[in-house]
Amino acid sequence: MSLQRSPLRDHHEERGARFTDFGGWEMPVSFDSIREEHAAVREGAGKFDVSHMGEIEVEGPDAAELMCRLTTNDPTSLDPGEGQYAAITDEAGTMLDDTVLYRRGENRFLFVPNAGHDEEMTDRWRSHRERWGLDATVENVTRERAMIAVQGPDAVGLVADASTDDVAGIGRFEATETAIAGVEAFVARTGYTGEDGVEVIPPWEAAGTVWSTLACQPCGLGARDTLRLEAGFLLSGQDFHPEENPRNPYEADVGFAVDLDTEFVGREAIAGVAEAGVEGRLVGIELTERGVPRHGYTIETPGGEAIGTVTSGTMSPTLETPIALGYVPVTHADPGTDLRVVVRGEPKGARVRETPFLER
Amino acid sequence: MSFEVPDDRRYLETHEWIHVEDGVGRVGLTDFAQDELGDVVFVEFPAVGEHLDQEAQFGVIESIKAVSDLYAPVSGEVTAVNDDIETAPELVNEDPYGAGWLLELDVESEDDLTDILTPAEYRERTG
Repeated sequence: MSLQRSPLRDHHEERGARFTDFGGWEMPVSFDSIREEHAAVREGAGKFDVSHMGEIEVEGPDAAELMCRLTTNDPTSLDPGEGQYAAITDEAGTMLDDTVLYRRGENRFLFVPNAGHDEEMTDRWRSHRERWGLDATVENVTRERAMIAVQGPDAVGLVADASTDDVAGIGRFEATETAIAGVEAFVARTGYTGEDGVEVIPPWEAAGTVWSTLACQPCGLGARDTLRLEAGFLLSGQDFHPEENPRNPYEADVGFAVDLDTEFVGREAIAGVAEAGVEGRLVGIELTERGVPRHGYTIETPGGEAIGTVTSGTMSPTLETPIALGYVPVTHADPGTDLRVVVRGEPKGARVRETPFLER
Repeated sequence: MSFEVPDDRRYLETHEWIHVEDGVGRVGLTDFAQDELGDVVFVEFPAVGEHLDQEAQFGVIESIKAVSDLYAPVSGEVTAVNDDIETAPELVNEDPYGAGWLLELDVESEDDLTDILTPAEYRERTG
């Protein structure tokens, strides 16, 4: 299967980007250096082409109910213009993906599954709609909309200056419609970097105009990964995966996105977990010795007993210390607990650290 | 984009360079390799005094996105490692043929140099 390409591909090529395969898409991994791009977002503003993210529109009299029954949070509690983070779970309570969903109107929702999950989720929404006899259309618009994240302390101002509407006036996890350089776009105050910022969803063919108008450091998936790790955010498929690393939302430490007062697929299993407690969960880990923790490395007790696995790790560009996410038994999950991470056969000192690693 | 390949040294296909002066071989990573790796964050060095065989692995270099093994261009004993790299690994990116050098070897036999790539041969492989 050939890789899908963003509508901004030519812009990136001209700017000298390096590309990588991610979720079936060929996307920029870096434009300059990860360090420079990372710093631009922490100190000013950076823009990311995240057109590989899915966009699915759900509309109709039963749209809210369909959204509510397929996500772990409570979309019915949202007013138009509000959004929320949620997990998407199966009957066993296992996370299939995570998403941010927005209520665009009383009977209209937009949700953003991760790269490569758009078709699976469109099918899931449609088959459950049929099963439950609900009245709502489900449209996969992933290839009709681009997505540009503008992140950093200066990001909101930058986008507000280019917009016809009061973008700076919307709160976190709120969204609005506006025009940027004449291009109609959906703008949400959300992101994946731990910084303030917005995500802009313009039509596919007009993405270049928006990208060029928002003049700031272009950033690739490399910096996106180091930024989200410092913020302690999960990467679907890497920090949890329905087959390779099946996790419920409590294990993945996103219990805040579970509302057990709603009826959703997986609720019963997850309510059972809530009552019994989890055996293991995702924690932040900091290495106290030199080395770089990476996906798949073994986590041990100080005595050398293997107790878990690193799911994501990097050298934090901001903290200049090696950081990781990984699953450990709850007996070893308290911040400050001493651990070891095995780096190429060498156990390195480590300890559990509260996330986000970087306080903003 | 073309990368710098100085004429005063020899190269390995695995992208290490060596510059020999008065029997001391200084070893580092090429401009091409540092660009491929991206932001270097960590280098694992051998101990000073350790003996390395030509083309034996002597350490590991890590960037934010990748891990790569390091190989000895010639045989010899490690006489020094670049301590500056520990606090400033970005030197490998900023000045790969200068301040970003990795280690120094007491070169056993300069004949080893004839076994490895000339600047022209290395340029051909990375051009």
